Amino acid sequence: MNAIALVQIVLFVGLLLALTKPLGAYMARVFQGERTWLSPLLSPLERAVYRACVIDPAAEQRWPSYAAAVLLFNLAGMILLYALQRLQGFLPLNPQGFGPVAPDLAFNTAASFSTNTNWQAYSGERTMSYLTQMAGLTVQNFVSAATGIAVAVALIRGLSRRSAEAIGNFWVDLVRATLYVLLPFSVVVALVLVWQGVPQNLKPYIHVQTLEGGAQTIAQGPVASQEVIKLLGTNGGGFFNANSAHPYENPTPLTNLIEMLLIFAIPAGLTHTFGRMVGDTRQGWAVWAAMAVLFVAGLAVTLLVEQGGNPLLARLGVDQQASPLQPGGNLEGKEVRFGIVASVLFAVVTTAASCGAVNTMHDSLLPLSGGVTMFNMQLGEVIFGGVGSGLYGMLIFAILAVFIAGLMVGRTPEYLGKKIESFEIKMAMLFVLAGAASILVFTAWASVAPYGVSSILNPGPHGFSEIFYAYSSGTGNNGSAFAGLSANTLFYNVTVGLAMLIGRFLTMVPVLAIAGSLARKPRLAPGLGTMPTHTPLFVGMLVGTVVIVGALSFFPALALGPIAEQLLLGAGRTF
Amino acid sequence: MSGHDREQAGVTDRNRRQDSQRAPRTMPARDADPMRGLEPPPVRTPETDEMKELLQRRLRGASPWSGPLLKRALRDAVVKLDPRHLVTNPVMLVVEIGALWTTAVTLAQLVVPELGRGFSLGFGIQISLWLWFTVLFANFAEALAEARGKAQAETLRATRKETPARRLRDGREELVPSSQLRKGDIVLVREGEIIPGDGEVVEGIAYVNEAVITGESAPVLKEPGTDIRSGVTAGTQVVSDWLKIRITADPGESFLDRMIALVEGARRQKTPNEIALTILLVGLTLVFLLVVATVEPFAIYAGNPVATVVLVALLVCLMPTTIGGLLPAIGIAGMDRVARFNVLALSGRAIEAAGDVDVLLLDKTGTITYGNRLAAEIIPVNGASLLDALIAARQSSLADQTPEGRSLLALAEQMGAPATEGIRPDAEIIAFTAQARLSGLRQGGHEYLKGAPEAILARTGEGAPADLNEQIERIAREGGTPLALALDGRVVGVVHFKDTVKPGLRQRFQEFRRMGIKTIMITGDNPLTAATIAREAGVDEFVAGAKPEDKIEIIRELQRQGHLVAMTGDGTNDAPALAQADVALAMNSGTAAAKEAANLVDLDSNPTKLIEVIALGKQLLITRGAITTFSIANDVAKYFAIIPAMFATAYPELGTLDVMRLATPESAILSAVIFNALIIVALVPLALRGVGYRPAPAAELLRRNLLVYGVGGIVAPFIGIKLIDLIIAALGLA
Repeated sequence: MNAIALVQIVLFVGLLLALTKPLGAYMARVFQGERTWLSPLLSPLERAVYRACVIDPAAEQRWPSYAAAVLLFNLAGMILLYALQRLQGFLPLNPQGFGPVAPDLAFNTAASFSTNTNWQAYSGERTMSYLTQMAGLTVQNFVSAATGIAVAVALIRGLSRRSAEAIGNFWVDLVRATLYVLLPFSVVVALVLVWQGVPQNLKPYIHVQTLEGGAQTIAQGPVASQEVIKLLGTNGGGFFNANSAHPYENPTPLTNLIEMLLIFAIPAGLTHTFGRMVGDTRQGWAVWAAMAVLFVAGLAVTLLVEQGGNPLLARLGVDQQASPLQPGGNLEGKEVRFGIVASVLFAVVTTAASCGAVNTMHDSLLPLSGGVTMFNMQLGEVIFGGVGSGLYGMLIFAILAVFIAGLMVGRTPEYLGKKIESFEIKMAMLFVLAGAASILVFTAWASVAPYGVSSILNPGPHGFSEIFYAYSSGTGNNGSAFAGLSANTLFYNVTVGLAMLIGRFLTMVPVLAIAGSLARKPRLAPGLGTMPTHTPLFVGMLVGTVVIVGALSFFPALALGPIAEQLLLGAGRTF
Repeated sequence: MSGHDREQAGVTDRNRRQDSQRAPRTMPARDADPMRGLEPPPVRTPETDEMKELLQRRLRGASPWSGPLLKRALRDAVVKLDPRHLVTNPVMLVVEIGALWTTAVTLAQLVVPELGRGFSLGFGIQISLWLWFTVLFANFAEALAEARGKAQAETLRATRKETPARRLRDGREELVPSSQLRKGDIVLVREGEIIPGDGEVVEGIAYVNEAVITGESAPVLKEPGTDIRSGVTAGTQVVSDWLKIRITADPGESFLDRMIALVEGARRQKTPNEIALTILLVGLTLVFLLVVATVEPFAIYAGNPVATVVLVALLVCLMPTTIGGLLPAIGIAGMDRVARFNVLALSGRAIEAAGDVDVLLLDKTGTITYGNRLAAEIIPVNGASLLDALIAARQSSLADQTPEGRSLLALAEQMGAPATEGIRPDAEIIAFTAQARLSGLRQGGHEYLKGAPEAILARTGEGAPADLNEQIERIAREGGTPLALALDGRVVGVVHFKDTVKPGLRQRFQEFRRMGIKTIMITGDNPLTAATIAREAGVDEFVAGAKPEDKIEIIRELQRQGHLVAMTGDGTNDAPALAQADVALAMNSGTAAAKEAANLVDLDSNPTKLIEVIALGKQLLITRGAITTFSIANDVAKYFAIIPAMFATAYPELGTLDVMRLATPESAILSAVIFNALIIVALVPLALRGVGYRPAPAAELLRRNLLVYGVGGIVAPFIGIKLIDLIIAALGLA
């Protein structure tokens, strides 16, 4: 690794650290209903929304009605998105005259965007009209992100309230997350991207003659506006098929850095929001630190493997060392504009967070780095993770860590003064089981069914990895893919669609149930006899729990996929 | 510790005074014990030698490793293979189903050879055997933990035999079997007879031997009308005089019946934390079922299906069998430890809650102090010499058998009074009476007196000397009781009697502070006295001028602030507070109402034991957590053993993951299974004994235990599996 790599990583982590506190503090004010500097501008708008939708912002919900609101709202969004795709041919803003999207693909896409996954079994510029992109996909990009934030905030309330029945009002949380957090940042950063060269228009595609005399169609559209929310909301669905590798989506190294920061910004900020709302910011920093440790560990492995280059080329005597003249390493599938470090960093960031935007082809990563990106998703998308979902996922692991090891201080387990009892453990295990079941069962099905195997491009362990990646991505609501898998088939559209729904809602409901159950409990006074949950030791325990639960569930599959492939690659066999 | 000490510990000021007024006239043999009151009785902690000896005496022949118990546990381990029993332990039920499956597949191979694809007959037999052993070992652990309690229950049951009872009806005495007694009946029990039912003394004073309940041979005094000496228990024996008793429990509901059920574990219910942990283990088992079930399709994709015997082996290794197998044993052993300490936990939940407690509410009298006042100072006044004061103090106490008197005698001799002269035959003893309020001795022409200052002054007829008044005021200010001394009709000194803090408590409270447990002393004394005792005992806070009824409010307020509160009590007016507290320890000598409201009963009626119960509660939880962590951490090594072996045909390159370099794929899998079974047996002593515990802050405990059981849990199986593999290879088993 060279100095430039180190500078890039330190700069990225440093900027993230600097962003966490102001953003987290701001969000804490927003979700506690306090005034913020944007209130003069936005509160009239907020009140108008409540009036129009007949929402009483003062009425709080118990967890079952909060969960029902989440599910109904997302179901409605999914149906709307499905209808929009099927009917886009009859609707305006369709200069390319795209016809209706096939039913299975429309289902998959509707599930994908309403679950904050943005798995794209289609290529945007050749399938979706401007109206579908803006009124359908972009709208879902906002509200699915806001849903995630709302659920996380509800869980925080469960932990911070004492002997309370309600965990907040979903509609208020949804509106405030959208109005006060997602929209303002999207507007401002979109302008920055436009300044850097990202287009924002509704023009038809441009046909040009290339220097070589060939004909090229250059897609256009409202890219900048969708770009920011794609990252800020950890959605990941690109305007173009090439996603953030496309020069219109990600034109410069500066936009690359901004985009990576956008992915982690809200998930990192929410850890501080959590700390503030439970009245002990150290608790938030401990969660932040656990996420950062997992992130840096994954990054280190990936960077070493990718910078180390391809062993087959090394055997041929090819110089793969980084030098002033070349980036070295494994450049296959990477943008030369970004080089090894910025590509690897992006790949790890986008899989650690459940974003799924890519600036490099993950299928072309060396097997072990591909394995790290998969493992990031399989850990439950808790390494900063999706907006909201990263925090609530990590807090579920904190509850499990406290439960398993917390007994060793000689008290029945408690987290932040809340006793962790049967109901919480039942729900936490449901959370873990839903993820593991979805990934393992669908992968198993696809890897033995002829209609599953027929979609893979490469045989052997790499083909297995393509399937395994697809369901890990779907279940983790990530949305990135090993491109070798032809996913636009009836089987994959339906099963990946189901994996996304399971990974989203079968985990959200237990989280809200835990929030409701914890809110009802008294908060015990902390003392010397209480297990501290803000120390480096606890951070280590939390990291250990995440890794062990993940590793135990997925080690056999990882051994048969990326690990076997890496070992075979070393032995000179490729797939 | 002998009987009277125990009794003293529970005595209240009010009763103490009654006792001292009566003492000179009715003096039972035990109260004549010349040592009484001289030295404060030792605090009962498991560390004191006396306690150890007592425990050893009670447990002789009852060590879990003793022959008869071991034999019984081995037999029960086989009986417990019954799936109807294993249903309560889902993890082991799955192992048993797995064992049945591998056995069936292995045996079927003999008939249909194709079924044996992928593994040899010897391998199948060995895996099956070790899976059965896994279940048996877990059953054995549970049976062993239960064995002592069962044996003890049998002893107790033998004492519960029918006894004839003299029922009093309409003034007549009729002989009926004890099983016919009902609540409210009055019975007469004479010297040497067994008390036929639980009840309260309504008339008579007698000594009762309660050894059957408490294991304590010294008899205790029973009399009517006190909160702490009126309750009697069925099966105990009246050893002097007689008692009239009102029966308070119907047959089958007596304390002895409940105790038998408890020690036997017949009605043992899982505690809340045990249930939550079982849910976690079931959840993990489901995850691993998924993992193992999906391995087969993955392996088919890779071109080499895995034999089901190997899949079952993988499943059993990954499942948390160690904690799953030992969980019941840990719980039973935890309750048993508390029972051996002569505290009866009316539910396992109470012991768990004891670990959680962070505030101890302690009565001053009886718990922190002895509750009787011991001589602390002798001060000469009125121009007399110290020697005169000491002589007056010693001689006036020669015939005084009350604790106060004995303590004054001892103090005087310690301070230098000549200890040569005893009571001469011609001596005239001046006994204490409520009217005279003084006592003493007249012999050899001298008169030695001690008593209430006013009474002494009235007797001597002189005016109060200034320094006497000064001392009296000072002593009263400090919460003590002043007594005046007179020699030959002249005031010569003042004695300062004060309530004495039990030794060792200060250090205990310090330990508690380190554990984050706050101690609060409750007393009816004035704030000044309370402050003095509180400072001396080293409690964190005190509430002075409290009435027993105030306790419940104090507890409620603490609970509102998010604390979990423990307390002890014995009186009927303690009952509501006992019911409100999270952990409530009632004295066995206390009223039925108090025992009903509490969740722990101390058979020795020693309130200080609450402290030990808390430590035992913590130890139980730590043991459970340590073995859970160890069990889950073990899985890492097992994966490294089994995964390369399982896919050895499909991808031999995965052998790189076999960091232990195990001999063959079959021996790798077998070693992991054997390690998994043997670790249960290896941890049985730890599960029964409990993880070593010494008071420390949570952070420190976590660091230490995480290192031992977390990191140790990751490392240990790598070594264990490798060793087993070496043995298997050497023996040529696989």
